Amino acid sequence: MLSRVADSIYWLNRYIERAENVARFLDVNLNLLLDMPSGMQQQWKPLVATTGDIDLFKERYGDFTAENVIQFLVFDRKYPNSILSCLQSARENARSVREIISSEMWEQVNTFYMLISKAHLDLSLPKLNALLTDVKESSHLFAGVMEATMSHNEAWNFGKIGRFLERADKTSRILDVKYFMLLPASTYVGTTIDELGWMVLLRSASAYEMYRKRSTQHRITPAGVAEFLILDPEFPRSIRFCLFQVERSLHQITGTPMGMWRNTVERNVGRVRSELEYVTIAEIVNAGMHEFLDRLQGQMNVIDQNIFDEFLSRTPIGKKEAAPKAQTQTQSPDQTQGQSPDQSPDQTQGQSPDQSQRQTQSV
Amino acid sequence: MRFDTYEPGDFYDELFIGKDQPRPEGQPLVDRIQALPTGELLLRQEAAQKAMYKLGATFNVYGDEEAEDRIFPFDVIPRIVTVAEWEVLERGLKQRIQALNLFIDDVYHDQKIVADGHIPLELIESAKGFLKPCMGLNPPKRIWCHITGTDLVRDRDGRWYVLEDNMRCPSGISYVLENRRVMKNTFPQVFTKMRIQPVDEYPSRLLETLLCLVPDHIDDPTVAVLTPGIYNSAYFEHSFLAQQMGIELVEGQDLAVVDGYLQMRTTKGLKRVDVIYRRIDDDFLDPKTFRKDSALGVPGLMEVYRAGRVAIANAPGTGIADDKVIYAYVPDMIRYYLGEEPLLSNVPTYLCWRPEDMAYVLDHLGELVVKSANEAGGYGMLVGPHSTLEEQAEFAEKIKASPRNYIAQPTLCLSRVPTILDGNIEGCHVDLRPYILYGEEAYVHPGGLTRVALKKGSLVVNSSQGGGSKDTWVLY
Repeated sequence: MLSRVADSIYWLNRYIERAENVARFLDVNLNLLLDMPSGMQQQWKPLVATTGDIDLFKERYGDFTAENVIQFLVFDRKYPNSILSCLQSARENARSVREIISSEMWEQVNTFYMLISKAHLDLSLPKLNALLTDVKESSHLFAGVMEATMSHNEAWNFGKIGRFLERADKTSRILDVKYFMLLPASTYVGTTIDELGWMVLLRSASAYEMYRKRSTQHRITPAGVAEFLILDPEFPRSIRFCLFQVERSLHQITGTPMGMWRNTVERNVGRVRSELEYVTIAEIVNAGMHEFLDRLQGQMNVIDQNIFDEFLSRTPIGKKEAAPKAQTQTQSPDQTQGQSPDQSPDQTQGQSPDQSQRQTQSV
Repeated sequence: MRFDTYEPGDFYDELFIGKDQPRPEGQPLVDRIQALPTGELLLRQEAAQKAMYKLGATFNVYGDEEAEDRIFPFDVIPRIVTVAEWEVLERGLKQRIQALNLFIDDVYHDQKIVADGHIPLELIESAKGFLKPCMGLNPPKRIWCHITGTDLVRDRDGRWYVLEDNMRCPSGISYVLENRRVMKNTFPQVFTKMRIQPVDEYPSRLLETLLCLVPDHIDDPTVAVLTPGIYNSAYFEHSFLAQQMGIELVEGQDLAVVDGYLQMRTTKGLKRVDVIYRRIDDDFLDPKTFRKDSALGVPGLMEVYRAGRVAIANAPGTGIADDKVIYAYVPDMIRYYLGEEPLLSNVPTYLCWRPEDMAYVLDHLGELVVKSANEAGGYGMLVGPHSTLEEQAEFAEKIKASPRNYIAQPTLCLSRVPTILDGNIEGCHVDLRPYILYGEEAYVHPGGLTRVALKKGSLVVNSSQGGGSKDTWVLY
């Protein structure tokens, strides 16, 4: 299939998944705030910090009020990773591959976009909760429609890789938010508030019931939650699960048997995934949870770049070294606590860097 | 809403001979509409519009950012063409396409028609669509215009005229197919009562036309639609046609010339492309040959084309025949190349480069329609009777400044079809764009796009100027 088409389907899925996860981030924060002792200052700044776009926020909005942050993360058309912008990008990608995807998928993307573009900023908690729930449901609906109406072919596999890579990245960030950002006062660690916080975190990843039901340990502990969200082999939002899905789709595309690799991306995905299979949560905690997650995010960025180089780059074969580098996510080291900025603004969805190159050549 | 108060007026009405007097071929349709409960027609109109939106039959208007996803307004009262009329049109269109194709081939080779004194050389060389780099090219089977959409109109007396030939990349066929799909749901009973020629064959015919450009030794050819991308007003159609034919939809950025062949970039490396159905203008095809600033085309494409390693439909250079000055010579071409009398008439045309014509045009701006020779889509046009004195003065200046680029025609009184307008049935002016495919032989698709001017009294039917469309029923 055309590289551009694969690129569009990959990003279509990433953007839908990203919109869903921004909604999850907001949801966890809103819920944590409700459980805070009254009188504590509302914590909105850490949420923006996790996006990596804190400077942009300060410049455009100034104060970290609930209203500003929600406007920024949900409705801001000029901020490329707001829910609305993600959906707009998803829709444009879908439009460019309409002849490839099913019409039901197109309709769902369209409806999803309309839902948010017609919504208005409303700070009342029930309205906001309803909106965030709608976003999550619409994303699930899209995934379901894609599962049920599109041939499970090469294009579908590229879409799946996009979705699961994005999800793995975001699960790591949700965990990181809780672990390092939302409860900065160490006095709370181990208190009731702390346990409530972990429950909220599980809920925001739709993981609460599944966590309770798992066979080994029912009690909610930080290490238990982290283990579940990072290493669980069966929970569909755990990082290990997501990376396994990425690997499987990748091998379906290339035809390489599982357990072997024939290109850089297969090797890198396989390496990360097998590490997650064998590492223990105690090792992770001892070495530093944040450091571990940070490294994982870096590895996933490399995988994204590998996928681009291997399949999506439009530079002719054999001239790969000429491909412009790092079209996608870049880990920027200067962020607070190494929190990687999610998508830097210049990363407008793989809008073909070599096209712009051509344009400058031809001018 | 019924036809009881419908007044055909002093026009050629496609459905009524006179008040309360339907044309015989339209009787079942009129009966059906009359039998609908009050308000039902309007409901069906709304349902049809909704269905169009859902099908995604949308278009973009240049320079209108808000309206990215407008649907082309659709009216549920169809236009009917009898088989007797259709046969005349069909023969006339085939004749015209053959002559035009011979003309284009001649222009890019020996220019015999110029040597024999039928068309002045200056007119050809000054035509915007004339491309010097195409001289001497030999497209497969010497066919240049594989897909044409010819605009036809009828005057007050019911006579058909050719208004213009669109030879570069005529759009609209997707609406023909979608309109029909919607209409079958809107008036299923009428379809069983009337014998209407189906339109669904088009994608297969188009695919055959494209495949016949492939050299015999290629077994499994790759055929692709080349689109400027999602912001193009006709993107929906490009995507639709690629989907219906099951072929690739590519953008310039997907293509590259490598090792002397046109190749597309796939996830598994480069793949050769054998036929391009291009939906971008000649000028943009190859920045190495034509416009250097084009980011839509493929550098080096023309070289591959010249070497016969890729076929392009329509062939680059066909735009010469879209020039409205060249249009005026089509009847002469038919006589010259085919030795036949034209079966379809041109609208009488004043060519402003002729001093006597220009003088006449400047004196009669208030009655004529003035058109720029190279604009499409209803832009750059003056409809005399509907214009102000200032507009006329402005056009007079333009004409004097560049006589070669303007033509004028008498204002035809376009035929009308009953149309739902503001909750009533009103007569609205229409034209007809049939699509002609020219592969092994010329084929006229039975139907075509009926465009309707949805402003009361307006004569401009272009989608970009507030026009809409209707289904066209060619009867057996």
